[in-house]
Parts: sequence; C-alpha cells; structure tokens
Amino acid sequence: MDSANTSIVDTETNDQHQADHEHHHGPAKGIMRWILTTNHKDIGSMYLLFSLLMFFIGGTMAMVIRAELFQPGLQIVDPNFFNQMTTVHGLIMVFGAVMPAFVGLANWMVPMMIGAPDMALPRMNNWSFWILPFAFAILLMSLFMEGGGPNFGWTFYAPLSTTYSNDSTAFFVFSVHIMGISSIMGAINVIVTIFNLRAPGMTWMKLPLFVWTWLITAFLLIAVMPVLAGAVTMVLTDKYFGTSFFDAAGGGDPVMFQHIFWFFGHPEVYIMILPAFGIISAIIPTFARKPLFGYASMVYATASIAGLSFIVWAHHMFTTGMPVFGELFFMYCTMLISVPTGVKVFNWVATMWRGAMTFEVPMMFAIAFIVLFTIGGFSGLMLAITPVDFQYHDTYFVVAHFHYVLVTGAIFSIMAGAYYWLPKWTGNMFNVAWAKAHFWLSLISVNVLFFPMHFVGLAGMPRRIPDYATQFADFNAIISIGGFAFGLSQLLFVVVVYKCIRGGEKASARVWEGAEGLEWEVPSPAPYHTFETPPPIK
Amino acid sequence: MANASHFALLKKLLLVTVFMFGFGFALVPLYDVFCDITGLNGKTDNQAAAASDNVDTNRLVTVEFIAHTQGGLPWTFEPEVKRIKVHPGEVHSLQFFVQNMSSADKVVQAIPSVSPGLAASYFHKIECFCFNQQPLLSQQRADLGLQFYIDRDLPQEYSTVTLSYTLFDISDKLKQNDFDQLFTSNAEAD
Repeated sequence: MDSANTSIVDTETNDQHQADHEHHHGPAKGIMRWILTTNHKDIGSMYLLFSLLMFFIGGTMAMVIRAELFQPGLQIVDPNFFNQMTTVHGLIMVFGAVMPAFVGLANWMVPMMIGAPDMALPRMNNWSFWILPFAFAILLMSLFMEGGGPNFGWTFYAPLSTTYSNDSTAFFVFSVHIMGISSIMGAINVIVTIFNLRAPGMTWMKLPLFVWTWLITAFLLIAVMPVLAGAVTMVLTDKYFGTSFFDAAGGGDPVMFQHIFWFFGHPEVYIMILPAFGIISAIIPTFARKPLFGYASMVYATASIAGLSFIVWAHHMFTTGMPVFGELFFMYCTMLISVPTGVKVFNWVATMWRGAMTFEVPMMFAIAFIVLFTIGGFSGLMLAITPVDFQYHDTYFVVAHFHYVLVTGAIFSIMAGAYYWLPKWTGNMFNVAWAKAHFWLSLISVNVLFFPMHFVGLAGMPRRIPDYATQFADFNAIISIGGFAFGLSQLLFVVVVYKCIRGGEKASARVWEGAEGLEWEVPSPAPYHTFETPPPIK
Repeated sequence: MANASHFALLKKLLLVTVFMFGFGFALVPLYDVFCDITGLNGKTDNQAAAASDNVDTNRLVTVEFIAHTQGGLPWTFEPEVKRIKVHPGEVHSLQFFVQNMSSADKVVQAIPSVSPGLAASYFHKIECFCFNQQPLLSQQRADLGLQFYIDRDLPQEYSTVTLSYTLFDISDKLKQNDFDQLFTSNAEAD
C-alpha cells in the first residue's frame, strides 16, 4: 500500500515537471508535426490510423471477392481481376493492416509499460513509419497498370510470379522490399528499447506480457523478413535478369520457392499472433481483477512457440510430394505447437476462474478472441494431420482456418487493445453503447462469414477461384451476407474512435478499475512526454 | 552514454539482419546439398555413370517412361516404349522421339525426375540426351538416346521406378552466339 502511495505522489511531481517541460517543447503545429515527429506516441497513432485505413482498403477488396462469390458463375469482375483482389487483399491485410497495427501498439505502449521516455531510436522510428505509405502506394498503383496488379496470390509461388506474371511484379517486389525494411527497422527499435530503456528495477520477469511477446516477435521479424526480401529478390532476378533459382530448365526448382517462402511464412503467422497474446494477457487480468495466472509459463510458452515456428514450415507443402518421413516430422512438430498454445489458453481461463469478472468492451473482445482463436487453432490441428490435409489443402477449409486465427484472432485482439487503451490515448471514454453494438455485430457477422467456409471447404470448394459448383451456392450466399455485415460493422469502429478523439466523458488515469501497470499511472490522456525521469518500480 | 549502448546493439541487430538476408540465399545451395545427401526430390545424377557388369537376374524391376513438354512448347516428345522390365545391373538403351513442330528453330533442355524420389540415386544413366542442350531446326525430327541401368542395391520395396522427362524451351535464355553455335556444331556432327 505504501509503495502504491509513493508512486502516486511521484507521478504527480512527474506531471508537474512534464507540464513545465511541455510548455517549451510541446508538439509542433500543423502537418510538419506528423512528418517530422520522433515522438513514440505520434508515430504510434500514425501507425494505428494507417493500419485502419489499410484495413478498409483490404476489406473493400474482400467485399469485391464476396460479391463475386455471392452467386455461382462470373458476374461482377473478370477472373484476372478477381485474382488480383485475393492477392492484394492478402498482402494488404498481412503487411498493411495487422503488422502496422501491432507496431503502432508497440510504439504507444512499450515505452510506457517499461517506464521509458520514448523509443530508443526515434529518428529511425520516423523513417520506419513514413516509408510504409510509399510501399502501399506502389502496390496499389500496380493495380492500375496495363494487365493489372499482382494476381498470383499473396504467397507469390513461382512460376506464377516469375514465368506467368506481368510487369507489375517489379512493383510488387519493390513494395515488399520497402515493407520488409520498415518492419525490420520497427523490430530493431523495439528490441533496443526493451533492452536498454527499461526503468531501473524493471527486471525481465517483471515485464508486462505485451512487452515480452513483442520482444520475441521482434526477433522473429529480424530473422525472417530478410529471408522474404531474399525470396522476392530471387523472383525479381528470375523474371528480369535470367537467373534460374526457381526455373527447372536452368537447374532451379520451383518447389524450393515454397520452402524459402514458408521458412519466412510460418514464423510470419506467429509474428501476427504473438503480440495478440500479449494484448489478451493484459486485458484478461484487468477485468478478472486477478493477476495473470502462470506469468512465467506464458513467457516460456511464447518463446517456445517462436522457436518451434522455424521447424514446421513444410506443413504448408504436404502435397508437394515429400517423403513420408518428412511429412511425419513436420506433422508432429506442428502438433507440438498446440502444447505451448494450449498453456496460454488454459492460463487465460485460469486467470478468469473465480475472478471478479466484469464485461467491459475490451473484455468482450478478449473473451471472443479466446473462444474463436481456439476454434482456429483446432482447425489448424486438423490441417496438421498429413493424410487428411490432402483433402483440406487449397480448399475453403484453409481459408476458414486462417481467417479464424487472423480475423477473430489478430484483428479482434487489436480491437480489444484499441478499446482498452483508447481512453488512455485520448483522455476520453468511448461511447460504450456504440462500442457494444460494434462488438455484437462483429461477433455474429464474423461467424456467419467464416464458419460455413469450413463446410464448403470440407465439401471440396477450392480457394482462389472466382466461380464454384452450384451445390455450394447457398452457403456462399450466406458467407457473402456475413461478409458484407462484418465489413459494414467495422464502420461503427471508425465512428467510436472518431467520437472518442473528439470528446466524451473524461477518463481517469487508471481508466479501468482493475488495471495494473505503469501506463495507468500517467494521466489520461497520456502527456506528450512520459517518464522523462524513470518511475519507481514496485 | 545511452546512445553508445543503443548503437552497439543496433549494429549487432543489423548484422543479424544482413546475415539472415544472406541465409535466405544460402538456402539455395543448402537445398541442393540437402537433397543430394538425403536423396530426396527425385533428382538423378547429371553425370554419366560407368556401366555395371554385375546383373541380378533373380529380380525384375518395372521402369516406366514419361515424356512431356512444358510451357506450351510446340514439340512432340515421346518414348519408344512406355514400360519395360529390367534386371538390376543390366544396361538398357532406348530412344525418345522428338520433332520441332514450330516454325522457329529452338533449343530445349530435358529435365529428368524420378519417382519415387528416394529411388533416384539408384537410377544410373550411362548416356543421356538430358546431359546436353538439344537444338532442332523448324520441323526437324530427332531420336534422342538414353542408356541406363538400375542399381543392384535398389531397395526391395521399389518394384516400379518412373523416369519422367520434361522439355523446357531455353532458346530465349541462350546468347545468340551460343544459340547459333549449337546448330552449327550439330550440323558438323551430322
């Protein structure tokens, strides 16, 4: 109790100091504030708003896909454009929506959670954000080129992306390069910040789990984003400079592309979910009013998931004609991942067990995350079973699986995190009624959207095809209606965020009754500069 | 002071990044080495093997031949026989018939692949058209020869081995000089 009191007093003197400081050194005015800023909160906000914009652009493409698939036959777009939509939808959602949203949350929250004044490398932070809009401008512009944009799927398998692609591929390659450079710079910044700028007394095993998961994610990023950069470079040289990395005629091997791609691609899926685990691990204890159950096991589980993610890549390639031994190896390794993941799910449930739970909006999203992410995890286990994967491979079952882990997993966690920290960012409580409407509409529509995909997938409907056999018509109509409803529901989120930025009931420093952590000890909204002198750690 | 420690860590992390970029490319030779050591991937030796004089007459292995062209190459390409039975160690020869049906002179490369993949290292080629690039004038025909034997050590579980050839058009990949050279040296040989 005593220490809590001192920390409050300290925070107050801190604020006083900060108020004085801001007097001379507040944010600059006008557009140049945003272009030149090196403030982690400004950059975090820009990342988050950028990812929201990308979420809607990628979402619009999903609407085109669902409109075309509303009925069997070809009615709205031609197949080439349909393929561009599936490709660019995937690229934008992965690299433009989910990853920048997590980087934005890291920028905002990591320094505040560890008692640091800012990110360690603020100038690089500015760069890593500002090259992103150019990357996506290049990618989106390529859609308007003659022959259209990339249409080979977000996985850009050779030879689709080499022999059979058009010249927009060069733009695709450069935009992926820029996205990769941005992610690597962001990851390096997170690592240096966490290593060097922890407040005195913030030991490793006191780090909030969001910080831990992001630290591990950042290491995954610098390990695999360069491999992706290598893969797109090989595609570029194969296509334009006569090399034969993936061309059998010149001694290369197209299957090798898949190995290199998925060596990046599987850790990538954990890059998109580990920070989500961190967010959920922050939210559940707050609203269950209990400390997180099994903190240390959460840290070790996160690290072992990251480690295992490097030796399971070929489960994406069971149908490429691997020998049985290889298939068994990758099958068992993949299934092994469900152990640390299960540890996490059980820890969350145990945290809620006999807690004094309340169901504020972030908690609703967090609970929906646990249930729906677990459904995605189970379908992942089904896909891991080699013999049955031959049936599921390349069907809508796979689409259902990765949308459960990415939409109701990653995206729901980002929504949960946004609602959780929005009052801290803006100083205002959001409109709870609108936010609850957003939650319930999203929850229902997302299941109408993705659950029936399991059924059509098991029945054999292939993915990435603009037409389908007529027996799938009813389910696809339902899926499309769910899709439109989910897409429209997200407009409510924009309304809630907009209204919350403009005003609303003033939020207290702690915002949520059970919230623990340094970020809740600074006032709401968080001052432009926080923790210029390190806070005392309890 | 803080900046110096940031810089030191930044340098290490950048080094990791550069190393992993290099590792991405190193995966290419590593992949071949891995396939070579484990015998995965169904790649046969691209070197001529010495003939064997040791024949296992107690055993018969079915060898199937598949021939096809890739990328809409307008050539006909088929083996003399689709299936033969051979004794391990016994040398066999057969022809593959090709004709360039297009109106342009073309150079092709045949890429072999053996299924099941693990049997590939027991498939020895003494002479094969796949060792060389094959130039054909427009409408020209040719018989391409293959001489091979199956290793006596072929594990018992393999009773059928399938050898597949795919013809790739590599005319555009060759320099004009090399392209012409192939046709002149071919004419001289004839």
